[in-house]
Amino acid sequence: MAMEFTDQNFDQEVLKSDKITLVDFWAPWCGPCQMMGPIVEELAVALGDKAKIGKLNVDENPATAQAFTVMSIPTVLIFKDGKVAQKFVGVQSKEVLKEALEKI
Amino acid sequence: MDKTYDLIIIGSGPAGLAASVYASRYKLEHLIFGAEEGGQMNEIYDIENWLGDTRISGHDLVARFVAHVENYGVKIKKESVSSLKKNEDGTFNVETAQGSYATKSLILATGAKPRKMNIPGEKEFTGRGVSYCATCDAGFFREKTVAVVGGGNSAATVALELSDFAAKIYLISVEEKLLAEPAWLEKIAANPKIELIRGTKVLEIKGEDKVAKIVLDKAHEDKTNLAVDGVFIEVGTEPGVELAQRIGVEIDAQSYIKVKEDMNTNVEGVFAAGDITTGSNKFRQVLTAAAEGSIAANGVYKKIKLNQNH
Repeated sequence: MAMEFTDQNFDQEVLKSDKITLVDFWAPWCGPCQMMGPIVEELAVALGDKAKIGKLNVDENPATAQAFTVMSIPTVLIFKDGKVAQKFVGVQSKEVLKEALEKI
Repeated sequence: MDKTYDLIIIGSGPAGLAASVYASRYKLEHLIFGAEEGGQMNEIYDIENWLGDTRISGHDLVARFVAHVENYGVKIKKESVSSLKKNEDGTFNVETAQGSYATKSLILATGAKPRKMNIPGEKEFTGRGVSYCATCDAGFFREKTVAVVGGGNSAATVALELSDFAAKIYLISVEEKLLAEPAWLEKIAANPKIELIRGTKVLEIKGEDKVAKIVLDKAHEDKTNLAVDGVFIEVGTEPGVELAQRIGVEIDAQSYIKVKEDMNTNVEGVFAAGDITTGSNKFRQVLTAAAEGSIAANGVYKKIKLNQNH
């Protein structure tokens, strides 16, 4: 299952993660974000232990969104070794994200 | 694949949802596919011309449409259609990542997506100040200065929506006379946060890590550079017709699907409805999309009933 990232756990769960980590920045009012929800869940299942997959609600966690200049949602950031390895703005397919995770 | 449906509707915006309600009442055995329930409607902040509701948000109206569809036992399949195929016996195959489905007829209601301006900086700053969805992103611009580019209803409503968040909004229209409904223009004129800049083109979007300014083709208060934190682009939409073209559906010069009076395309059994078509004088409204959906479902009903009588 996809994880819930927050301003509080972001450092520990994402930046200090020993795995490649995908973060879906979303908010409940954002229509296109609804499309990303199930895609991210499927990715979490498909990748199992190979990567960490989760969501961050920008409404509840504005500091993290601001720290990574997320000004549009949905935005997906992929982190490796505490740094942004890739950024996607707008809805992405499961295939595109899976391929990106496997390439990094 | 064990079953051939009467109808598969692709798209779950107002056109697809209305088509489903009518199809249910015509007892057409059908499926409806849509990755995002409501489609572009989710991005409408405020609808004031849907008959019977003096004011409702796009999101709330979508919820009512979906409830209406589900009332007939239909569940929207949140699968994206990857391919369409026409079979020799006149039926069609619809493929998604989850499965393959056969149907006697199709209603294409996949709508449109925001048109890009194709100016320098637009792509570079997408997600870093450039946005095509105010409902998604308005919250990032609290107490900031933003530009809305466009002069139609979408641009007008986006400017009004942003006025709940931003400190200052420039509404920049290439036309001298805005195309938006006068009812919206009155609200804009009365809103102290919105400044209208007419007859002016945005040439470029500039900044470092995020948007900092835009360049105009003529001076506004003696300057062609306007400092802004965000740029909302509302310059119309373009249809998504890739799927339709794979089964030979004809489009016009602007890529809209050509439809007849009953919403049938040039391909027998393939109907289209909503923003994707040449219908309704290309007047893009929730109301016209829903109307086209109902006409398409009626067209399918007549076609299938007619075939059964043979």
